Amino acid sequence: MSEVNLDAARDILGRIDLSEKLTNGKIKPDYLIPLLQDIQEEYGYLPRPALELISREGGIPLSRIFGVVTFYEQFYLEPRGKHMVKCCRGTACHVKNGAKIASAISDVLGIGEGGTSADGLFTFETVACLGTCFLAPVMMIDESYYGNLEEGDVKSILDRYREGGVK
Amino acid sequence: MNSVNIRINGKDIICPEGANVMHVAIENGFDIPNLCYDQRLSPTGACRLCIVEMEGRPGVHTSCTMKAGEGLSIVTESDKLSALRKSTLELIFSEHKATCTSCDREGACSLQDYAYRYGAAEDRYPSIVKGGHSDNYTEGGIAIGYDVEKCIRCMRCVKICEEVQGAEAITLDGRSGNVVVNTPFSMLLTDSSCEMCGQCVDTCPTGALYAKAAKGKGRVRTMKKVRTTCLYCGVGCQLDLNIGADGKLVKVTSEPGVIPNDGNTCVKGRFGFDFIHRDERLTMPLIREGDAFREASWDEALDLVATRFSGIKEKNGSEALAGLTSAKSGNEDNYIMQKFVRTQFGNNNIDHCARLCHASTVAGLARAFGSGAMTNSIDEFSDTPLIFVIGSNTTENHPVMGIKIRKAVAEGKTKLLVADPRKISLTDIAHMHLQQKPGSDVALINAMMYTIIDEKLHDRDFIKSRTEDYERMEAAVMKCPPEFAEKVSGVPAEDIRAAARLYAAAESASIVYSMGITQHTTGTDNVLSLANMAMLTGNVGKPFAGVNPLRGQNNVQGACDMGGLPDVYPGYQKVHLPEAKAKFEKAWGVPLSDKPGLTVNEIMHGVGSGKIKGLYVFGENPVLSDPDTNEVVKSLKKADFLVVQDIFLTETAELADVVLPARSFAERDGTFTNTERRVQMYREAVAAPGESKPDWEIITGVANRMGADWNYNSASEIMDEIAAVTPIYGGISYERITDVGLQWPCPDKEHKGTAVLHQGKFSRGLGKFHPVDYLPQQELPDEDYPLILTTGRMLQHWHTGTMTRKSEVLHGIVPEGHIQISPADAGRLGIVSEDMVKVSTRRGEIRIAADVTDRMKEGVVFLTFHFKESPANALTIAALDPIAKIPEFKACAVKVEKY
Ligand code: SF4
Ligand code: SF4
Ligand code: SF4
Ligand code: FES
Ligand code: FES
Repeated sequence: MSEVNLDAARDILGRIDLSEKLTNGKIKPDYLIPLLQDIQEEYGYLPRPALELISREGGIPLSRIFGVVTFYEQFYLEPRGKHMVKCCRGTACHVKNGAKIASAISDVLGIGEGGTSADGLFTFETVACLGTCFLAPVMMIDESYYGNLEEGDVKSILDRYREGGVK
Repeated sequence: MNSVNIRINGKDIICPEGANVMHVAIENGFDIPNLCYDQRLSPTGACRLCIVEMEGRPGVHTSCTMKAGEGLSIVTESDKLSALRKSTLELIFSEHKATCTSCDREGACSLQDYAYRYGAAEDRYPSIVKGGHSDNYTEGGIAIGYDVEKCIRCMRCVKICEEVQGAEAITLDGRSGNVVVNTPFSMLLTDSSCEMCGQCVDTCPTGALYAKAAKGKGRVRTMKKVRTTCLYCGVGCQLDLNIGADGKLVKVTSEPGVIPNDGNTCVKGRFGFDFIHRDERLTMPLIREGDAFREASWDEALDLVATRFSGIKEKNGSEALAGLTSAKSGNEDNYIMQKFVRTQFGNNNIDHCARLCHASTVAGLARAFGSGAMTNSIDEFSDTPLIFVIGSNTTENHPVMGIKIRKAVAEGKTKLLVADPRKISLTDIAHMHLQQKPGSDVALINAMMYTIIDEKLHDRDFIKSRTEDYERMEAAVMKCPPEFAEKVSGVPAEDIRAAARLYAAAESASIVYSMGITQHTTGTDNVLSLANMAMLTGNVGKPFAGVNPLRGQNNVQGACDMGGLPDVYPGYQKVHLPEAKAKFEKAWGVPLSDKPGLTVNEIMHGVGSGKIKGLYVFGENPVLSDPDTNEVVKSLKKADFLVVQDIFLTETAELADVVLPARSFAERDGTFTNTERRVQMYREAVAAPGESKPDWEIITGVANRMGADWNYNSASEIMDEIAAVTPIYGGISYERITDVGLQWPCPDKEHKGTAVLHQGKFSRGLGKFHPVDYLPQQELPDEDYPLILTTGRMLQHWHTGTMTRKSEVLHGIVPEGHIQISPADAGRLGIVSEDMVKVSTRRGEIRIAADVTDRMKEGVVFLTFHFKESPANALTIAALDPIAKIPEFKACAVKVEKY
């Protein structure tokens, strides 16, 4: 893992209002989630050294931070790609060969589920149901849905993002 | 608290208002199924097995989250409840891969029991465990294993780690269908904040968490459980040794609700007993022949010991003999040992390592209060408004006491004030930390008292009605304003004032101290100062207050109580008082000496100078434990005849003429007295190695060969004799302490024991103030030796490491010693962590790796004395406290250099 510059995390910690601190200088547990959100905003994910810093300086056990981070879907422990690719593995999509679409995405990006492509452009996840079963099989890139997919469609769609055709 | 009437299954029950209904039900013999409930934890309400029906409120409700209110009426079994429980269990099985047939917990697993009881099918629902969850935090680690397939996500492990242990090492990782127990980032437990207490393993209701050493060593239900008292520290935790079919110890469990530890233990109690089965245990008596030992029969060895001791007595007189008794061994053994020395050697040359830890407590508190023991009880620390911890690294040295304090602070019930030269775990949660220089305690306490008196915060009524000699003490204190103390101790005057106010303002305040206070040339003074401050504020003789020395060894309290000291018979009856002498002459049927005997250090010097020719060392390892080791070895080599009785061939035993193999605490019955004066049983659980014998039996064998006629058939008989001659133990007998130990003073068979000393009246009548002036430590840092060395213990090891370093888990976690040094000093010396350094004093030098840590204050370094490769006591000074004769382990001048 490359070195993480912790200055920003230190800044964020330093900005914490005194009223959010306990008498012994430790951070109130209620303040943990907003703090994590700020850190993620800054780094795009939650780097482990930043969490260790919060634990040490803020007096919150690392285990508790880790529990919170893994509980909420909004927090990421790994760097995220510029684009989020979600492929549906819900029932409707499954029936219509959704699994093939997922493996096509994997092949094209060269990463497994949960991974981020080497160029930092894509992070790939599968989800239970995207709520657009009438379009099955479906994938979603950032805010856009792509439905009625054939395996062959995947590469051309992703290429448009790669070439910067879609921001 | 108000009482309320509730009804369970038609039975009327009176219980405290707001009590947990599940708890009340269990206490009254109802068996409500539960998986996520543990009486020590906040209710989780996760498993939903404990559902009950409630009169007047439709539906079902979890009883573990229910509070008792007037008129509450519940039913715990019905067809509806059974049906619901059955399907709940079937759902739980969808997370739990049922492989009971190959599980060690089979037959002792709550989940399996309930499934049987409610006829739940294990495979009703498909498994939802996603499997292949990345890492398992216990893989590659020592001691603890986690089998995710048996985990039912009840959270007991996570909660006990957080709420009880306060270590917060583990958490639930993930959400919805994919939750596992994990450390942050799946790090190894040894890299996390885990303290390896094993509480998580003990509370797990299934086989998900297990002790690695116990894996495959037999099913829980085939094991025999033997309740015993922990052998390590003075907390005296009650443990259950689980013995497998082969008669060997498999693991240690503990039961919630049992006094004094409520089912909690530390790493030593949980994982530290594998030493009992080590091959290095002594199995036969050994007799020296030249440079080697040869095995001998008991008769030959005991005859030799008796003949040699008798010979020395005849030729050189009784003063040429001495004995060291053992704070690790039981009361019965200690009683017999001192009786042996007093009746057979014919002198009072008996002492033990309490001299090295709490002699100043015994001396100081006896002078001030009339009794040299912890004034209050362990249990009170859950609710004490203010705790002042000084010179005690409680979480490492008295761990279960430490977690009690930590919990009370976390729950907001206790304000914590810590004075310690190091940053210790307790300082992380303390309201204030006074980081004084080693050896400046008297100045610090006097300055606190100065503030209390100056600001009129003292308890004048208490001083007037309960104490004497106040004025002289006040005069001494008034010479020590906080500004002076600041100069000596390095603690800012304002902090001293603030701490004084905090202590004095508390409704009741308890002082907890340990060797940081006692192991100084001013040890007795330090103790007297603390006693002064407690009396000044009326904080003695009531619950949640007092002066509480934490005794180090499991039975150091008992060894003192039993008269393992040169100036007192059992029960602190003074040898120089004619009544006491007459009483024991009558009881033991021989004339006794009224001359107080020699202390440990005097005995060692006596051996060195040739005055003492014969020495009987029982269960002690002075070569590593005494100050200035090199001198000790030299002395012991000069002894004409040295007998060592122990369970291993210790560094001291290696020098002996005869070595006698003793049984460990797991191989015989007896009692230990813990730090709160509670006399508790330990019991025979495994077979003894070879021909080893209980200590009392061995000593009796020697005594009878020297002319005594003692017929003891059991430890219990000896306790009866102890009770007969020791008023504070008068009411103690094995029958009375089988379930729960009794706290002395317990004068007669009806007496229920004493939780709080000095209520209404001090043991000596009035509490006595003593004027105490600050004196600098014996050896101050100078140009040649510019740093202060302080020594102590750590969580994973015990004393000279004789046992803990033979335990796989304990030795595995911490295989070697380090010297702790502040970043500032290390920087100046060009040292970084793990560098090898040379540490030297005027007495010796050692080589050891450095641990650069901001827990140390500039100018002070810290060493433990557990490691024979880096023996701290090669460095320490044998300067003694003039009254208690305790050595100054906690401060000497030292030099550290990069190797
Ligand atoms: S062993 Fe103790 S400290 Fe470690 S995870 Fe288990 S409960 Fe927590
Ligand atoms: S490991 Fe045991 S205690 Fe912990 S959640 Fe799983 S079943 Fe419960
Ligand atoms: S706290 Fe002390 S008595 Fe309790 S388990 Fe640990 S060493 Fe043993
Ligand atoms: S199942 Fe794929 S979108 Fe609903
Ligand atoms: S015991 Fe009540 S919900 Fe688990």
